Amino acid sequence: MPTQPAAVKKEVPARPGRPRPEGSATAPRWHEPLVEGVIRASALTAIVGLFLIFVFIGKEALPLITSPAANQEASLGRIFATQDGHYSWQPVSTVPKYSMAPLFVGTLKMTFVAVLFAIPLALGAALFTSEFAPDWIKEFIKPVIELLAGIPSVVLGFFALMVMASYVQDAFGIVYRLNTITAGMALGLAVIPIVYTMADDALTAVPKSYREASVAMGASPWQTAWRVVFPAALPGILAACVLGFGRAIGETMIVLMASGNAAIMSWDLAKPARSLSATIAAELGEVVVGSAHYHVLFLIGISLFVFTFILNLFAHWFVSRLQKRILGTA
Amino acid sequence: MIGIFFVCLTGLCCLLIVLLTAVVLGNIAYFGWGLLSLKFLLTAPSQGMTEGGIFPAIFGTFFLVLLMTLAVMPLGVMTAIYLNEYASKKSALVRWVRLAIGNLAGVPAIVFGLFGLGFFIEFVGRGIDKFFFAGHLAFGQPAIIWASLTLALLTLPTVVVATEEALRAIPPAHREVAYALGATRLQMVRRVVLPQAVGGILTGGILAVSRGAGEVAPILFTGAAYFLPYLPKKLNDQFMELGYHIYVMATQSPDVEKTKPILYSTVFVLLALTFGLNFTAIWVRSRIRRRLRLTK
Repeated sequence: MPTQPAAVKKEVPARPGRPRPEGSATAPRWHEPLVEGVIRASALTAIVGLFLIFVFIGKEALPLITSPAANQEASLGRIFATQDGHYSWQPVSTVPKYSMAPLFVGTLKMTFVAVLFAIPLALGAALFTSEFAPDWIKEFIKPVIELLAGIPSVVLGFFALMVMASYVQDAFGIVYRLNTITAGMALGLAVIPIVYTMADDALTAVPKSYREASVAMGASPWQTAWRVVFPAALPGILAACVLGFGRAIGETMIVLMASGNAAIMSWDLAKPARSLSATIAAELGEVVVGSAHYHVLFLIGISLFVFTFILNLFAHWFVSRLQKRILGTA
Repeated sequence: MIGIFFVCLTGLCCLLIVLLTAVVLGNIAYFGWGLLSLKFLLTAPSQGMTEGGIFPAIFGTFFLVLLMTLAVMPLGVMTAIYLNEYASKKSALVRWVRLAIGNLAGVPAIVFGLFGLGFFIEFVGRGIDKFFFAGHLAFGQPAIIWASLTLALLTLPTVVVATEEALRAIPPAHREVAYALGATRLQMVRRVVLPQAVGGILTGGILAVSRGAGEVAPILFTGAAYFLPYLPKKLNDQFMELGYHIYVMATQSPDVEKTKPILYSTVFVLLALTFGLNFTAIWVRSRIRRRLRLTK
């Protein structure tokens, strides 16, 4: 950076060859457009990044449609429908089978357990801290939730595998040590902070006048919270649930470590399960680059990407509705 | 009456979350404390991971997040400056950028891993090899540079959001004064806005490092290795990393009972690292928020 005086005039000898223009407080600042250009360009990083993710993962999934060799081994029909009457995911057997159905089922049932465990807890806690709790409890809960949010997912996976699994197995009397319930509950621990934080934001954004009006009409604190504040914040709460759901679907390390990773076509919560994300994590390391298996794993990746992308758009839309509702009627 | 019951129920939810957090952290602190010593932190693993320390994993983690920070901080801060200082609030581009940042934050970590492999290694790395190394394998393979760039993209939203919060906390009057004195926009940003936003930018950086140090899925295929006899020195070396170390030791160890104490202590170190960073960030941020409340 040239050491020109900024805003304050000082006695600066004009440099030869670069006369100061009349009427300007400073010397010509040739680098400003350049720096501003760089700032503008880097603002595009996020958009370009998303675009590149889509293109480069999609590109590796595309040969399943375009390349005859990959298509013969794993056509889209085989991926989504049955193969010899069974839905099986056996990519490294002598006759590789690539039905994604068991993985879908595994992902959905673990997500279901996680959401069922996390969303009521998180919403209840958010309602409590925003409506009923005295300030000192609020000041205590928020850092605790941030702590929970700060636990890396590999640590939660480790905890589920080493500690939770045995307790859950005993509590539910399950045959398999690693099962859907263990993985789902550990997953829930990762979902709670997201849902709590967003729901709390939505609830506290509801104007005070709503509560005052409700109390003035003789409503109890619970009636005010449940019948007035909660419905007013509903779009934001829905957004919180949608984002929690998205996190549960895409989360990898927890389910990879705690679910048992058996690709079975069963809705039984007591059995192990294998999720889409864990399949990528477990298999991509050993796969031959360019093989049909490799392309199928990228197909799973692009599906996860597109699905969470849509969920995010939904959440965004909900939040903007909340803002409109509250700004429009407050 | 029924209302009080429900109020208690929501309180119970709170209590349960606190208890769950305490159990997870307490368990790890209790079992992880035992083996912790300077020797554990400063020696390499030996005897097939059943003895020795975790120095290479700690070193690799630091190296990784250092490179990541170098990549993500300029981009994230400049994005936030653009959004808050340059663009008009209602422009379509601003809405698109914000939408993209929100979406980027929701992309599953494993998808970033796939992207790192498909884009950085197979496309950029192979491209570099072709043009600069005459086809010899140098960058077209898993390496610390690719892992850190992948993490940089993953942590970009964290940095942008934290920086923007800090920029918003600066009173508009400060900007107006700078303009009134004849400052150009860039001078205003450099001399007025940035010095005041340092705390927020720091918060963003710390949170990004804490997040990046804990993520394992994105580095599975982009450079992390289970065991290396040497420390990474060049940008295209592979590396050991704490989170990955935990994952492999927990799932693929030949002797689970023997590695368990080491495993617990490794988890403890990773947690201490991320929490230390998070606490610093929370502290810095609370100071900024206090100032924001004062200026309003």
